[in-house]
Amino acid sequence: MPSVLIPTPLRKLTNELETVSAAGATVGELIDNLEQAFPGLKDRICDEAGNVRRFVNIFVNGEDIRFLEEKATPVKDSDEISIVPAIAGG
Amino acid sequence: MDKPSPYFSNLKCRECGRLYPKQAIHVCDFDFGPLEAAYDYDAIGRALSRAVIESRPQTMWRYRELLPIDTEPTVGTQVGFTPLVKADRLARVLGIRELYIKNDTVNYPTLSFKDRVVSVALSRARELGFQVVACASTGNLANSVAANAASAGLKSYVLIPADLEQGKVLGSLVYGTNVIAIHGAYDQVNRLCSEIAGKYGWGFVNVNLRPYYAEGSKTMGFEIAEQLGWRLPQHTVIPMASGSLLTKIHKAYKEFIQLGLVEKTPFSVHGAQATGCGPISEARKKGTDIIKPVPKPNTIAKSLAIGTPADGYYAIHSMKETGGTAEDATDEEIVEGIRLLAENEGIFAETAGGVTVACARKLIANGSIPRTDSAVLCITGHGLKTQEAIAGKCGEPRTINPSLREFEEKIYNADAAAAL
Repeated sequence: MPSVLIPTPLRKLTNELETVSAAGATVGELIDNLEQAFPGLKDRICDEAGNVRRFVNIFVNGEDIRFLEEKATPVKDSDEISIVPAIAGG
Repeated sequence: MDKPSPYFSNLKCRECGRLYPKQAIHVCDFDFGPLEAAYDYDAIGRALSRAVIESRPQTMWRYRELLPIDTEPTVGTQVGFTPLVKADRLARVLGIRELYIKNDTVNYPTLSFKDRVVSVALSRARELGFQVVACASTGNLANSVAANAASAGLKSYVLIPADLEQGKVLGSLVYGTNVIAIHGAYDQVNRLCSEIAGKYGWGFVNVNLRPYYAEGSKTMGFEIAEQLGWRLPQHTVIPMASGSLLTKIHKAYKEFIQLGLVEKTPFSVHGAQATGCGPISEARKKGTDIIKPVPKPNTIAKSLAIGTPADGYYAIHSMKETGGTAEDATDEEIVEGIRLLAENEGIFAETAGGVTVACARKLIANGSIPRTDSAVLCITGHGLKTQEAIAGKCGEPRTINPSLREFEEKIYNADAAAAL
């Protein structure tokens, strides 16, 4: 299963796990499955309409899903998914 | 930590308003909104007046009640209060009645506005007990973290894209910091830093210390207002990378109005970006607040090359709220902007400064900034850091032998003939 890197603000929901595994053929499915395992997680990542929140970035192997196919972006078992809060300039 | 500041009360989510303690955290647990410093403005109003500020040393810390630390600053105590230069010659070239340059090319100690944010971030890092500080950077921030950490005796790591200008790489290495170059664009460096920050308990100035760091930018706005004789400029043109500086200058002006330190007069904040990476200016021009990220930034203004600008949304709203507009400049226009500033005002700015001058020129030409008004340009970093960008584009020296005859023939007479 693809591994998902959980950012600090969400670790209260994953029993402080930094990395979790979740099934799913797309990023959207993966988020739904994460919600099953860790209730409440989806609400933090997605807004009421189900879209990824403005201040959340999701990466598949380092690529921002906004440059791929958003929530329809396909994922493979070997993929590394990161959920990262937006951060400031430098 | 001694006793907490009576002025700086909490961190607060910009989205939902939830309050958080003043720790090394930067996003809201609930909606990932950025956390921002919150203050007790009544208490500040009782403590701060023009006279009190004027009685203090000429550094950015003369506004310390409006900065998010608990005790006296311990890092970067000499930073800020850079010159506000009345730029009459450049004003004539750009065709505007009155123009000022806020000259942070001579900020202490590393010649960019980043010393402002780093002095706040590292002073706070010490209060919070961090031993190791770090940052993701396009260069200027790395220089400033490296220098200020060195003088504070803190261990530091700076992470940068591998393709940065040589001057900015050397300008970090010299301080004995750990420079880590990443194969990838700034946005990828940023992501990695976000992952590292959660792992080792380091104080990342623009990740987990961001609420403190970002507030340092306000001092540029405070200084502009004070140096204009305690009034707000009608127009301020500000370079945008993440968009943070623009939002903080806007906040600074609003805080001065709220505290009664300046009169409430109309002001606009305008944003400047490079055409090769202008997601915020593009959105502003289209009249939307939805920022379309730039996957592969391509501009000589590397310090502004952030494809997914974290504060873009708020920068758009600051411009909208103040009637400000945005522009972008091509590489050629950026070089032209650098030269205009140097040739007319004797100020050598880095590429971001060229962006600001070039965009101001366009905003004046298209009427967004009326010619009869007054404007301030924020010039944020020194040109010696990005020499590659203009190498070969400012002419070459004329070489002669040490002979008076040769000087007379090849230089003096040639110039006299050319002047006819």
